Amino acid sequence: MAFGLGVHFKMLSRSPFDLWVVVASPLIFATLAHFLFAYGHGSRMLVAALASGVMGIWSSTTASGAGALQTQRRLGVLELLVASPTPFWEVLLPISVAISAIGIYSLAVGLLYVRLIFGVAITIHEWVAFVVAVPTMIAAIGALGFLFASALVRFRSAFMLGNLFEWPVWMICGLLIPVSVLPGWLQPVSWLFAPTWGMDALRGATLGSGHPWADIGMCTLLAGAYLIAGALFLRFFLFAARAKATLALTS
Amino acid sequence: MRSLRLLTIGGYISYRALFGWLNPYMYSFTTLLPSLTQLAFFVYLGRAAHVGSDSYYVAGNALLAAATPSLFGMGQAIAGERYSQTLALLVVSPASRVAVFLGRALPATANGIFVSVWTFAIASAVFGISIPGRSLAPLALTIAVTSFACVGLGLFNAALGLRWRETGVLGNLLLYVLLIFAGVNVPLDRLPVWLSTLAQGLPVTHGAKAARQLVNGASFNHVAPLIAAEALVGACYTLIGITALRLFEFEARRGATLEVA
Repeated sequence: MAFGLGVHFKMLSRSPFDLWVVVASPLIFATLAHFLFAYGHGSRMLVAALASGVMGIWSSTTASGAGALQTQRRLGVLELLVASPTPFWEVLLPISVAISAIGIYSLAVGLLYVRLIFGVAITIHEWVAFVVAVPTMIAAIGALGFLFASALVRFRSAFMLGNLFEWPVWMICGLLIPVSVLPGWLQPVSWLFAPTWGMDALRGATLGSGHPWADIGMCTLLAGAYLIAGALFLRFFLFAARAKATLALTS
Repeated sequence: MRSLRLLTIGGYISYRALFGWLNPYMYSFTTLLPSLTQLAFFVYLGRAAHVGSDSYYVAGNALLAAATPSLFGMGQAIAGERYSQTLALLVVSPASRVAVFLGRALPATANGIFVSVWTFAIASAVFGISIPGRSLAPLALTIAVTSFACVGLGLFNAALGLRWRETGVLGNLLLYVLLIFAGVNVPLDRLPVWLSTLAQGLPVTHGAKAARQLVNGASFNHVAPLIAAEALVGACYTLIGITALRLFEFEARRGATLEVA
């Protein structure tokens, strides 16, 4: 799995489209935050940059994660991978996590951008929590991508369906938009998504507020739940696809 | 007559082929619903920033909704041909390029109008925006003109597809430029002067302004100059797009680089 993660991370790092997805988000949304909120160069702009980075990670997950299996299908290796002795989840999980992991570029670009363009000081209150929060959040979002890919294995247009989740999650997870301006019923929905807790952890670690370690714990819990649900979906859908010989979706 | 058939029937068939891989319900998932979720994001972002009212964001983003199918649909006019390995055949065919690509622009424009009207209607109902009855006809004209302008920019995106394979990235880049700098989500007076001046040459800028004024009860005569400015911007981009298509095609043929891009 570690080898698969490394290979897919390198491959994605050479894809103009995937790189664009993770690099564009922090540039666009940090700029938007700068003009809309007039944060200046204080810690709020730093948090906005982090939020833009998390948006990039989520963007990558929805744009490529949901369609990860479609990519294998297009390359003509999906049936071979499913038929191989290696459990298929061991093949899919590194791909999903690698897709989220290239989001690290997003966080880096966001921080670099606000530092160089807006002169924002990169001051992190709790470095240890921050350093733990980043990989935990990326792994949790990757696990969510695994769940999406598993659930959408029989959809030729999984890539497009995944995109459907991009804006809603950006909206409800308290990234650029404070949860307080959203309808109350949306808040419990946001708790189901790892970006909510990941962002809370990054914000808490950066500002020294909240409970970043508890948020990291929630990310870990959610990641476990996503993995179990994804494995179950994968088992069910792959069995159905094999039973009906519809894995290739050519008919 | 041949060019007319190419313009209408060719454009229609090409557009159907573009969505050939989608079921009708996929059209809703990929086009209609994201336009609403994107709009909702900016309405709430606007509320958080205390920059503009809900109607400000609804009107602007409903107009911008026409841009997504226009930019990506037109980008596929080249990328789709390359993907199905028919780009070279298209280039060597004797068909009029203007008719071929304007034919592909017509259904894209119609789709942009439909998506924009849909977004405007649903978002107005959800966020409680009332539109005066006398504004409906001018608003429809504004939407149509804005959609035309977005397709003009889409033509330029299609032309760039002859030089660069990643039309999706290009489309995204252009869309993001419109999101921030066309006065849809960030009021122009919040941008640096040079950026707000550049915004006058972007599609949607004048259309969104006209739509907001119409929603607030302005008359057609009052917004007519804005609609005319949007049409002028659209005409300029269409001209630039077609010229770029001819230029890049000529260069690709001369250098045998059609499939290299």
